[in-house]
Amino acid sequence: MSAGAPAAQPTSPRPGTEGARGALQAMGPRFGGRLEKPKDGRATLRRLAEYFRPFRFTLLIVGACVVLYTFLGLMNPYLLGVALDRFVSNHDAAGLGRIALLMLAAAVGGNAIQVLANGLMAGISQRALKDLRRDLFAHLQASPLAFFDARAPGELMSRLTNDIDAINQAVAQNVTSLLASVLSMGGILVAMFVLDRWLALASVLVVPIMFWFTRFVAVYTRRGFKDLQKALGELNGVMEESISGQKVVKLFRRGEAVTAAFRARNAEVYRAGVYANTYALLLMPLTSVLGNLFIIVLAGLGGFLALAGLVSVGVIASFISYAQSFINPLRQLSNLYNTIQAALAGAERVFQILDGPRETADEPTAMPLTAVRGDVRFQHVTFSYVKGSPVIHDMTFEARPGQVVALVGPTGAGKTTIINLLTRFYEIDSGAITIDGVDIRALRKDDLRRRLGLVLQDTYLFASTVRENIRYGRLDAGDEDVRQAALLADADHFIRQLPQGYDTVLSERGGNLSQGQRQLLAIARTLLADPAILILDEATSSIDTRTEAHIQQSLLRLMKGRTSFVIAHRLSTIRDASQVLVIADGRIIERGTHDALVAQQGFYQRLYVSQYKGEAI
Amino acid sequence: MSSSLRRLFRFIRPYRALAVWSLVLLAVLVCLDLAIPRLIQRIIDHGILAHDRRVVLTTALVMLGIAVLGTFIAIGNNAFSVRVGEGVARDLREALFLRIQSYSFGNLDRQKTGQLMVRLTSDVAAIKALIQISLRIGTRAPLMMIGSVLLMISTSRDLALTLLPLLGVTTVLIVFFVARMEPLFRKVQTKLDGLNNVLQENIAGARLVKALVRADHEAARFAVVNGEMTDQSIRVMKFMAAMMPVLSVCVSAGMVIVVWSGGLQAIQGRLSLGQIVAFSNYLLSTMVPLVMMTLLSNTWAAGLVSLRRLDEIFDTVPDVRDRPDAVTLGATAQPRVAFDEVSFAYHGAHNEPVLTDVSLEARPGQTVAILGATGAGKSTLVNLIPRFYDATAGRVLIDGHDVKAVTHDSLLSLAGVVPQEAILFSGTVRDNIRYGKPDAGEDEVVAAARAAQAHEFISRLPRGYDAPVEPRGANFSGGQKQRLALARALLLRPRLLILDDSTSAVDVRTEIEIQDALEADKAGRTTFVVAQRISTVLKADQILVLDKGRVVARGTHRELLASSPVYREIYDSQLGGRSPS
Repeated sequence: MSAGAPAAQPTSPRPGTEGARGALQAMGPRFGGRLEKPKDGRATLRRLAEYFRPFRFTLLIVGACVVLYTFLGLMNPYLLGVALDRFVSNHDAAGLGRIALLMLAAAVGGNAIQVLANGLMAGISQRALKDLRRDLFAHLQASPLAFFDARAPGELMSRLTNDIDAINQAVAQNVTSLLASVLSMGGILVAMFVLDRWLALASVLVVPIMFWFTRFVAVYTRRGFKDLQKALGELNGVMEESISGQKVVKLFRRGEAVTAAFRARNAEVYRAGVYANTYALLLMPLTSVLGNLFIIVLAGLGGFLALAGLVSVGVIASFISYAQSFINPLRQLSNLYNTIQAALAGAERVFQILDGPRETADEPTAMPLTAVRGDVRFQHVTFSYVKGSPVIHDMTFEARPGQVVALVGPTGAGKTTIINLLTRFYEIDSGAITIDGVDIRALRKDDLRRRLGLVLQDTYLFASTVRENIRYGRLDAGDEDVRQAALLADADHFIRQLPQGYDTVLSERGGNLSQGQRQLLAIARTLLADPAILILDEATSSIDTRTEAHIQQSLLRLMKGRTSFVIAHRLSTIRDASQVLVIADGRIIERGTHDALVAQQGFYQRLYVSQYKGEAI
Repeated sequence: MSSSLRRLFRFIRPYRALAVWSLVLLAVLVCLDLAIPRLIQRIIDHGILAHDRRVVLTTALVMLGIAVLGTFIAIGNNAFSVRVGEGVARDLREALFLRIQSYSFGNLDRQKTGQLMVRLTSDVAAIKALIQISLRIGTRAPLMMIGSVLLMISTSRDLALTLLPLLGVTTVLIVFFVARMEPLFRKVQTKLDGLNNVLQENIAGARLVKALVRADHEAARFAVVNGEMTDQSIRVMKFMAAMMPVLSVCVSAGMVIVVWSGGLQAIQGRLSLGQIVAFSNYLLSTMVPLVMMTLLSNTWAAGLVSLRRLDEIFDTVPDVRDRPDAVTLGATAQPRVAFDEVSFAYHGAHNEPVLTDVSLEARPGQTVAILGATGAGKSTLVNLIPRFYDATAGRVLIDGHDVKAVTHDSLLSLAGVVPQEAILFSGTVRDNIRYGKPDAGEDEVVAAARAAQAHEFISRLPRGYDAPVEPRGANFSGGQKQRLALARALLLRPRLLILDDSTSAVDVRTEIEIQDALEADKAGRTTFVVAQRISTVLKADQILVLDKGRVVARGTHRELLASSPVYREIYDSQLGGRSPS
């Protein structure tokens, strides 16, 4: 029942929150993009760019392609004007045919190049992301256990997936279109000035209005979504808590109070939602209205200039056509900006994790560990999770080969910590832990862990078949080895009763098995690994005592001939142990055999014999 | 599907007026938009080419007026459609929430919190997007298209006919892209799920992976799914990369046809320059919405899928409901509880029974303990008393009343149930203890905490009873949570107390202190205790031993030790089969 390191206690996994959290993200501003900002965008960008370095030549080609297709895209409005002025007005059918073919060629050529550029970019960006994911995974694997103990798995998971998704969104879709948007806006302005100075100047006057308008909307949208996000967070909090605690709500007849709290939050979300979306969704219709305004100015002013003989009809047609293609990139830019900011914020957090601590590497002189007799000693070991508040004080004990050492004591006394130190999940502050006389810090970590077999209270199983889960103990084990291990663990019987026997696919974390069955699989897995030293966190409160007795048989078989450390809850285990260490507040306060300890009339006697209080036989 | 849509319309009905107005404004806006190319044509043909300054001026002013009017209409449509969308979302959330609130335990067992939350959040958001798109671009685009085609025909029937095949080709292409897009995206999603799965397992199972030194194995697994995900993404993105340019070529081809064919007609004097310009503008407003609708099709499809998913929640009927003639259960000091040949199976009688022919009687003030293996039906048995589930056969009686014949509210007001899984709420420790009686005084709170042996650890908290409790009580240990949950139940001084293995995470010594406290106060109530530990049941007035849903033995500890082999076996397995020293 000892619940692991103190650091791990407040982080019990909370089933169900992942989905909800993801949903909260999904509920964010669909139209306005996410609203996050990186703290240091420039540095993050530089670091992200590193992942694109291997593809820099391809990137150059992509860049050239973007310039080319943007240029080709700008040609047609110009050619339209030429066609009207030079050929239609002059009744030149042959010339018209030529220019029409030229327009077609420009369109086909431009778009073909765009297909090429987008295709190349897809390959590059996905490969860069693949490398980023690979690095992230490798780093997570090298992270010390403290990293995982300090975080709720669901939360870490949803954060990583969201961040990677945000980067993906930006990198995959937006880098080339950002470049193309900026280029084509610049190109259009240039083309306009080439065509006609006065109309171009009038257009340039419209541009700041549109920019100003977009900014104005963006500012209010941002403010609105901030409020909305907060309101949604509160609403989701109320919803999640009352749904997950629904049985208690019913039991205590608090339905009305909960509903009232929900209504208040829901009304607030409505209010904030109307505000935020009124601004956010205004962008689309109003830019098109403003686009019309643009065209109107061109048509009106162009009309007067034409009357004065300053411009031709063809030039007006070209301008109107340019104006139409000017609006789209402008509209996209504000969306792109938000997406890219969100991606950088995501990337920043991913890099933060990549910069996190790694497990201490093996010393270059680290020795392999081959045959192990199983002599384990703790010598004056002191350890603290948080500097300055040690949880293990100057601990010394010895387990001789083949001995069973029972660790007992109240919750939080440090029993699990001892195991965390032996496996080097955490490194001791001072003192030494030795196996067969060798300091474990002088051993290769992997070798050390291969020799230790852990059966933990919270059995972790993978969502794959029963066979694969047992085989996880030794990857090269054959099917018969797996069955032998299951037989020894007394698991074969229930496995064969499963719908597909050994090929039954377990649900996530083995949820379709009982706690006892999961533990039996874990024992089989450990038997297959054949470790020299065993570490058992034996009991669980939710296994009934008869099942427990059953598991006990399997455990005894497992412990045979191996030095074993048992965080013991059952009196029978304790009684059969070679020595009992009574641990309280990180110290061994009593030690000896069960009988000796009972005779001592101390802490142990009070704690364990109290179970019999009430009635003697 | 049609029933889901009917349901959606029921939710839209309160916003009917807003929705209709929003659509009317949209239609006006489309008309205004469609007028612009015509007016440009007028400026060119009747103004510039006819050298008529007045026409240029008046037409320009009319267009300006249209733009201003259009601005207000767009703002109006936006305001109305946003209100409809947000309003329906709010009402949907409330209806879903109230429906979930009405669920009984049986319904809740079948639903996961995470899933319900997704229904309430992302599904509602998807439906909101569906509504908003329908009231905006989703209606505007087809209207624009139809209007533009009509105006193209009215501008030049010949030119419109020339374009017809192209329009057909474009439509076919769009159908092709939309049809291919969905399955491709689904495949990416599957690969992404696979990737996330490996990541998830390595985060949640970090300890195991490290302990068994499986980093290389896991890295290899990750490399495989990472590669698959990358390949599939590249495939989709290449497909998407082709889509926009191909459609864009269609638009350009249309323009070329207009310039060429229209230009030839103009040369022959059958078409004016203004008409060509107007025609090319209409062509753009036909094609652009077509492309936009392609992009919106995802939002549409997602909204419809979400809508269908809500049916499950709306169509679930609470298992336990009050009968129309239900009576209020009177207040007896200590109720008498009886089971009369009760059988129970989850999800209906055709399933494997969990309880079979259970009869028992708890006299007022008695403590009844229930013992048995995991899955023997202990929790189920006590859950039938406050009617969390209804017995499949037989009757559960409280003071002679069948629990099905009394109001659930009066039944619950009598009973205090402490389940094994202690669920706390965010707030303070005090809020949690007085959850069932928010106006409870300080002395009541402390007394309840003392009885549950929680006072001591609460007092040691930095802020005592005002210490914050995180959602689901994440900042307390299992044993502490159980004691707080016990205090919460004891505060109400229930006359019927049901402890469903509610001290399993509490250490033995504390558990005994809790028992002593309950013992001292037991005169006021009838108590049911479900227990794993034999030490918990030693003092009960009667102990029922359940095995596979049947009562296999009953009596006091002494009697059972002598008469029941099953009880004896449980006893031995716990106390090791040797007499204590």
